Amino acid sequence: MSNETGVQIKQRKRRNKLIEIGVIIASVIILAVILPSIIPAFRLRLIGRFLSLAIVALGIDLIWGYTGLLSLGHGIFFALGGYALAMNLKLQTTGGELPDFFTLYGVKELPWVWQPFNSFPFTIIALIIIPGIVAGLIGYLVFRNRIKGVYFSILTQAALLVFFNFFNGQQEIINGTNGLKTDTEKIFDIVVSSPGVQRTFYIITVICLVLIYLLCRWLTSGRFGRILKAIRDDETRVRFSGYDPTGYKVLVFAISGAIAGIAGALYTVQTGIITPSIMKVAFSIEMVIWVAVGGRGTLIGAIIGTLLVRLAQTFLSESFPEIWLFFQGALFLIVVTVLPDGIIGWWTNYGWFKLRSLFGQNQVVTYPSLEQDPGVQQEKDQI
Amino acid sequence: MSTLIEGLFNGISIGSVLLIAALGLAIVFGLMGVINLAHGELMMLGAYSTFVVQNIFKSFGDPWFDFYIIVAIPVAFIVSAVVGLILERGAIRFLYGRPLETLLATWGVSLILQQFVRSVNWLLMISLGIFSLLFFGGIQVVKKRADWERIKSKTLTLLIFLSTGIAIAFYSLLSKNSVLTKAWFSARNVDVTAPKWLRGGTTALGFQTPYVRLFIIALTILCLIGVYWFLQRSTWGLKIRAVTQNRTMSSCLGIPTAKVDALTFALGSGLAGIAGCAVSLLGSVGPNTGQNYIVDTFMVVVVGGVGNLLGTVLAALGIGILNYLVGSGTLALFLTSFSAPQSLIDFFLFFATSSMAKVMVFALIITFLQIKPAGLFPQKGRTAEL
Repeated sequence: MSNETGVQIKQRKRRNKLIEIGVIIASVIILAVILPSIIPAFRLRLIGRFLSLAIVALGIDLIWGYTGLLSLGHGIFFALGGYALAMNLKLQTTGGELPDFFTLYGVKELPWVWQPFNSFPFTIIALIIIPGIVAGLIGYLVFRNRIKGVYFSILTQAALLVFFNFFNGQQEIINGTNGLKTDTEKIFDIVVSSPGVQRTFYIITVICLVLIYLLCRWLTSGRFGRILKAIRDDETRVRFSGYDPTGYKVLVFAISGAIAGIAGALYTVQTGIITPSIMKVAFSIEMVIWVAVGGRGTLIGAIIGTLLVRLAQTFLSESFPEIWLFFQGALFLIVVTVLPDGIIGWWTNYGWFKLRSLFGQNQVVTYPSLEQDPGVQQEKDQI
Repeated sequence: MSTLIEGLFNGISIGSVLLIAALGLAIVFGLMGVINLAHGELMMLGAYSTFVVQNIFKSFGDPWFDFYIIVAIPVAFIVSAVVGLILERGAIRFLYGRPLETLLATWGVSLILQQFVRSVNWLLMISLGIFSLLFFGGIQVVKKRADWERIKSKTLTLLIFLSTGIAIAFYSLLSKNSVLTKAWFSARNVDVTAPKWLRGGTTALGFQTPYVRLFIIALTILCLIGVYWFLQRSTWGLKIRAVTQNRTMSSCLGIPTAKVDALTFALGSGLAGIAGCAVSLLGSVGPNTGQNYIVDTFMVVVVGGVGNLLGTVLAALGIGILNYLVGSGTLALFLTSFSAPQSLIDFFLFFATSSMAKVMVFALIITFLQIKPAGLFPQKGRTAEL
């Protein structure tokens, strides 16, 4: 490796890029074309949910794996995106009239919060922008004072609890604990839970996942990505080098929030309901463990980790419901103590070489002169 | 005016619950920099041990039952402290200096403890015993070999898999036995009945004050005095403070830092146990009880500042009083009597439920942190954190 020329390095990079594009195209074809035709509809819906959760995991990886900010409050942004789309679907069904649950609480007029969600284009923009703005605001208020590390985590967790309480308590505005159902609503005059619409949502999820993966890829390579990593590794030094980390941190946190909003909207329509329970403290910490299992600081790890953990959860809680919490707790402990780099990190640092040495390829790297030493050669033969 | 005093008292009583819950957390976080998300579950264990002690004393008959709480408090302390000690030795000591990792690890522990309380039975306990016997016994046997250091990691992996396998096999072999697999507590909530002398209340102050609330305030004050005495006046307290200030230097001067860490963590966990005992008197306790307290207590620690007991006390009382005054609508009522502008009253009425009060308190905490980012009493001294 060390004696490559500049041309060779360029060639290797181009080859790696081609391989990556090939893998992406292949997985899109498998996910979007082959899977829908061989898997029953309700399982496909499950996978669609997993993939939308993988989108949040990408957002968390962006701020935790690359910038070192552990957010325990991504449920907020996830729920905001979900609620935005659900409100629009409610209004589409009634044609702009008052949705029926309002009569339960004696509300006569559509609250002003609901008014703009009559328009579909606005909703699509809002479900990205609103979580982004909320995240940016929380981030600005926290990072401005150089509050960081665990304090940031605790504050995001508290913010999550506050939003949970707010959504739970405000029945007159968003139906409180009951949440908003989307399954029976209509989108462009077709019922949301009908197979065709669900399949479209599934394919949109796959496309969004790929686009957001590419976005994160673009953000984390190049100058911006290098500053993010520098903030993660030594923020004080970044500041001394003349950069202002606050702006970068706020921006990346807002982007991550917006990504969570998209994921929340996709998750909601494929689940059929959104309730404040999506903002439970436990769910937001779970999102972090998906990233940790896959490997923080690698985007593909976030996706793989999410899919693996969610599949394990579905399997275990279907067959042994009481074991799941034990398993999840053990997963947290193991990932932190034994596998700090996650599955992908373990593979690139250790597993790959192990596999290669199993097949007898380049065993131990030593000095070339040592390899040619007749004494060493003789010892090798004797062994 | 009397409504305001009543509001203040109720606020202080909420604050004292917060304080007793946050005290252990403040010690662990302030002195060791460890985020313990399992703190709430340690409280829950304290509450369950109170429940067990109560049931034992119930079988002794009437005169004894009145004094079970005096036994329950030390028992709760010891149970939680022992679990905390195991937690520190087993996981946290590998993670010092990496606070985000401890946060995740302790969250995992809290999940395990929650499910443990739900499904604990004799068989599970016996299987756990078999596991620890095989695992730790195995380590002791292999440790005698001369090449221990070389084979350490492989042996540990092998031992873990072997003993887990045998324990699981044992569990599934006997899992048909209904006597052994009857859950101790099950997932339902359990109720602790207060002894006779704590029921009822007094109207000495002009309004109803339950004895239980007064008892908790007294218990909180006792704990505070105890912790203050321990940290400021005892030898081990001196060592703990030394390690907090400068770990390397203390270690050079011969202070056993590992022991100090274990002791500090056990102390913090034990205080969580006492808090659990106090909480169990207020209502029924279930496996999820701990979750309700964890965010609020962390807010207390953040507002109070790290490593300062006075800050924790003021923050707990402040948050408690504010929460009650806003949440119960006392503040709105008070403003009405002063004929404040209607818009202001409406504003406070909007927040006059217990969940909306939390929204307002959080907004105030964020505002407060804009002025004093490191809490009420920030640590002084030179740091690189500018």
